[in-house]
Parts: sequence; structure tokens; C-alpha cells
Amino acid sequence: MSVVYSRRLKKELQEIQIEQADPAKRAAGIQLLQADDLKTWYFSIEVLGDSLYKNETFHLMVRFDPEYPFKSPAVQFVVSDKVKPPIHPHVYTNGHICASILGDDWSPTLSVMAICITIQSMLASCKKKELPEGNDDYVRTAPDNPKKTRFVYHDDTV
Amino acid sequence: MSSDYEFSDYEYEDDEESMDVEGGSASSEEDMGMDEVYDDEIKIVSEGKKAYEVDYKPLTLQQVKDLVVADVDYISTIFGVDSDVAALLLRHMDWNKDRLTEKYMDNASSISITAGVSPVPKPSYPTSDRSKRVTRSSKSSKKLGQPSSFEPFLCPICFDDTATDTLALSCGHTFCTGCWTVYTISKIRDEGEHRILCMAENCGVVALDPFVHKALGDDEDTIARYDELLVRNYVACNKNLKYCPYPSCDRSVSCPTASSRSALSTIVPTVSCGADPKHKFCFGCTIDGDHRPVLCTIAKMWLKKCRDDSETANWIKSNTKECSKCQSTIEKNGGCNHMTCKKCKYEFCWVCMGPWAEHGTAWYSCNRYDDKSGVDARDAQSKSRASLERYLHYYNRWANHEQSAKLSIELYMKTEKKMEEMQLTTDLTWIEVQFMKKAVDIVENCRTTLKWTYAMAYYLQNGNQKAMFEDNQRDLERAVEDLSELLEQPIESEYIPVLRQKVTDKSVYVQKRNEILLEDTAKGYLEERWKWNDIVIDTL
Repeated sequence: MSVVYSRRLKKELQEIQIEQADPAKRAAGIQLLQADDLKTWYFSIEVLGDSLYKNETFHLMVRFDPEYPFKSPAVQFVVSDKVKPPIHPHVYTNGHICASILGDDWSPTLSVMAICITIQSMLASCKKKELPEGNDDYVRTAPDNPKKTRFVYHDDTV
Repeated sequence: MSSDYEFSDYEYEDDEESMDVEGGSASSEEDMGMDEVYDDEIKIVSEGKKAYEVDYKPLTLQQVKDLVVADVDYISTIFGVDSDVAALLLRHMDWNKDRLTEKYMDNASSISITAGVSPVPKPSYPTSDRSKRVTRSSKSSKKLGQPSSFEPFLCPICFDDTATDTLALSCGHTFCTGCWTVYTISKIRDEGEHRILCMAENCGVVALDPFVHKALGDDEDTIARYDELLVRNYVACNKNLKYCPYPSCDRSVSCPTASSRSALSTIVPTVSCGADPKHKFCFGCTIDGDHRPVLCTIAKMWLKKCRDDSETANWIKSNTKECSKCQSTIEKNGGCNHMTCKKCKYEFCWVCMGPWAEHGTAWYSCNRYDDKSGVDARDAQSKSRASLERYLHYYNRWANHEQSAKLSIELYMKTEKKMEEMQLTTDLTWIEVQFMKKAVDIVENCRTTLKWTYAMAYYLQNGNQKAMFEDNQRDLERAVEDLSELLEQPIESEYIPVLRQKVTDKSVYVQKRNEILLEDTAKGYLEERWKWNDIVIDTL
């Protein structure tokens, strides 16, 4: 198990680093900030082109458990003095994200980069900046790890 | 009918004789009177089952598996497909054979795709915006499904290029066996999922049983868990079946008479899976144990009320008053007696509950307790208090019987000890001292009934019917308490035959009272004799 976990993450990290070094391959607007170990990685995300999030930068925290890639990683926006999560109908103010790819629709063939790109496109296609319904209630009672929440994926439009 | 009941019927015939023997004694005069009533009853029901019982059949795991096989064989024969494929199609259609047949005849390939039997044909492969981008960015997905035969196989999940064992479903997405195993185990064990989807993104193909078995290898535990999940799925989809709710019990019960919602308005389908006498549950709802004579909806309503109310109600009763105008509950946590209701802004005096305006200059010391407006306000207050009092009356009795029924374990131990004593001090044999144990069982059983009668009485409309119901309740309660007391008595060897006689007689009587009550309520449902009060009507 842990052999798969570390080999896979090392390989992913290696690919990301090769991609980042090559502007032709790099996914625009996504940058690896920190990956000191195989437990927690940080990315910065910008939405390029015309969108509601022009000139905004967000930080994404990705945490892995030993069952990765068979279980999805825990992904959330970083909330700190310096960076804030985006205002988006699927993003709670504590940084938790409601996206089916992080839960039911996760497939072991997906990768960390694929998640980043999905979240970037989720932001890009947003038409109205608003908080999720019931944000306050959720944030008040939410567990630290978003994977412990059972989200209902009801809205496929954004 | 379960064998448990047959046994008790037999016992009862036997015991009636011993009762007749003692018939002359003064103590059983009342008992005899009741017998007559009972005799009438028994004639009506003796033709079949009792009115408060339902027809049901306990099923073992193997029997349910046989039912599954029968359904699968049926579909596999008429569709001319493999039995594993038939099983997958049936699971997809929630085991509804007719609807499956209809859909399959209509468009076999479409349902095969949605059920995950066959992959989506290549040209119409859904290429959403997301998946396109993913494929572009992550190199690994490019290789999916098209492993080049010239290069060594590289598993796109674990990046192991030394793996030689690979598996793929009908979609062709190939992964190493090791990954399949980990994935399948985690799906089954952690998620309790029997539908094992292909690991490739957006691929809806589902693994057939032989594939799952191959992936699991010799992991017998997980295979057993998988089989159980399949059986549970079958039982959950079949409204005539219910899984026994007791932990680690793998039996089911078939009870077609209680499968419809409308049936539950006239019957309380208490069933048992037969694995253990304790495995009694209600087929109609999720309350475990026997909640006769109360209907499922009423029982659920009562439990919810108790969960919400009991402790809170006690606190409210002792610490708050209601606003005399809008009836909002108010807690006075300090300050003077001049109260202003937050909700309706009504100003009143906390002491006399009368309007504050009438207090004139006598501020902060109420001397108006007997004034009319104050009395009226307190009357209104006491009315709303009365409903709380009423609830607590029923709740306390309900809780009391529940508590006593729980204490029956203790009673069991004590009885066991007594039975041992009896064997030593008298020449009674083990079989002969069983009457004590049986009596304890009866007490526990009847206390459960009694407990629920209080929930029922709480919701019954006042009137003759309720009065009769409460008469039955009172008779049963009295009898149960008498028997309980007998069981607690110290044993002296010379009195044992007398005690035995007494306990046996009382046991028979208590059981009869219990049957009378259950029988009468069950018939009342069928005759629509029970009228519910406003609380039920408002809730339903």
C-alpha cells in the first residue's frame, strides 16, 4: 500500500516539476508552491483570461492519506491573513470545496494536477460571486478535514 | 407463526387445568370472571392466528441466496445472457424483474450501458470540458485503455512497470492486479459498496462477480462481505423482505402482508428472524423490539416527542411561565416582576400573571393576586401547563415500565439463583422449576406491552373506547405487578409448592390479560374503533 502511495506521489511530483520548468507544458495559472513531503502540498491558482476572479490568487492545500490514490486527497483553499478563499457558490468561507471529483467521482487515474485544473475551471465558469447556501451553518459545524463531510453534489452548472 | 408461540399456546392449555384445580380459592375469583371473557375471544381466533399476529416467514441467509439465484436464473434464461450479467442488470433495476424485462426488450444495448455491463461505444464517448483538459495535462490518462504491446506495461495508477498480472473490464482499461485488489477491497470494506466501477475516470463499467472474486484472490473475509452486501441489496430492494436489525445477524424475514404503507395503518407487524427469541423486531418501521399495541406512525411520533421533550419538559415546568397573551414560554432569570414579552410586547406581572397596567402605582410589589384579570391569566396559564402535566403523566409511566423491563436482567439472575435453591431444597427437578424463568419472561414481555399502551393512551381521544382501553391496561398492569411481586419473594422450602401454584396461575392470568389487550387493540384497528386526538391529527 504505502509502496504504491509513495511511488505514485513521487512520480506525480516529478511530472509536475518537469511541467513547471517548461512553459510550453505548464498549465497556465497553476503553480506548485510547496511539496516538502508526501503528506501536504500547496499550489497557487489564478484564473487567467476573462473571469470574475481576475487578478486574484488563491492557495490550495492538498493533503494525502496512505490510501491515495485509491481514496481522493483532502483538498481545500487556504484561509489566512494573506490569502482568502474565492467567493464561489461551491466554496465555503473556511476553504472547503464541494466538488464531486473530490468525493464520489474520484477515480484513481486522476491526479493532483487534474484536481487543480478542475478547480480552476470551476472558478473560470462561475457567473456570480456568491457564498454557498447555508455557509454559516456549515462553517460553524464543519470538521477540520473536508473529507469527513458528506457533500451532496446537486449543481453541475458551475 | 413462530414456534415460540406454538410452545406458549401449548403451555397455556396445560396451565389452565392447574388453574381449574385451584378454582375454588378466593384469590382467583376475578381470574375466573376474566376467563369467561377470554373464552369468547379464543373461540373467534382459534380458527387461525390471533388478530395481533401477522403471517411471516423467517429466512436464513442461504434461503435468501436461493431466492436471488432463482431471480437471476429467470432473467438469464429469458434474455439468453450469462447469469453474472443478469445479476448486474437486476441490481441496476433494483431487482424489479418486470421493469427490467420491459426496458431490455425495448432497448437491450442502452440498458446494458447504463447498468455498466458494456462500455459506452467509442464515438459517443462523453468528452466534457473537464475530461478533455485532464487528458491533455496528465500524461498517464493518455495511455488508458491502449497499452502498447511494444512497451512494457506501466500501470497508470501505481506506476509500477514490473507488474505482469493485469486485469481489465470489458471497457479495456487495464491496470495491474495489485491496484485492482486494493481498490476493490477498499470499495467493499470501507464504503460498503457492491457496485465496483472501473477505476478509469468517467468509465461506468461495473465489475461482474467473477472479476470481483479474481481481484480479491484468497481474501475470504472480503469475499464474504461482498456476498453479504449483495444479499443485503437484494433484501433492501424487495419490499416483502427485511433484514434482521440485530448486530451480526444474517437472517431475514418475509412478510408480504405488511409490505405496503396502507397495511401499517391497521396492523403492527412484529416478527422474529428465528435466530434467537430476542431477535424480535417490527417489520413496518425501524424500532427494534416489540411496540405492540401501538401503530408504527404513532410509536415513532411518541419516541420523537420523548426524545425532544422529557427532560426539557421537566425543566420548563419548574422554571418558566407562559406569556398570558401569546403563550410564549418565558424564563425569568432576574430583575423585577414587570415582564415585557419579547415576542408580543405584552406587559404583565410575573407574580399574578395579570396585565401590568392594572398594577398602577403598586410597582414592584404585587398585591393583586386575587384580581379577576390575574385569575383569568393564571387559568390560561394552567391550561397550557395542563398539557405538559398530561404528557408527563404518560411519559413517567412509559419510562417506568421501560426501566423495569431493563431491570429484568437482574430479575433473571435472581430467579436463576432461586431455581437452583429450589432444586437443592426440594425434590423438584430442573424441568419443574422452569416456571420461574418462564414467569420472568412473561413479566418482561408484558411490561413492553404496558409501556407502549401509555404511548397509545396519550394519543387516544377521550371517550368510551379510551376508557375501555385503559381498563384493559389497568387490569394488565395490576396483574403484572402482582406477578412481579411474587417473583421477588423470599423462598421458603415448605411453601414452594404453594408458590409454584401461585406463580403458575398468575403467569397464565397475566398472559391472558396481555393477549386480551393486544387482541382488542388489533381488532380495534381493523374495525377503525380507535379515534386519535388532535395531537395526532395535527401531526399527520
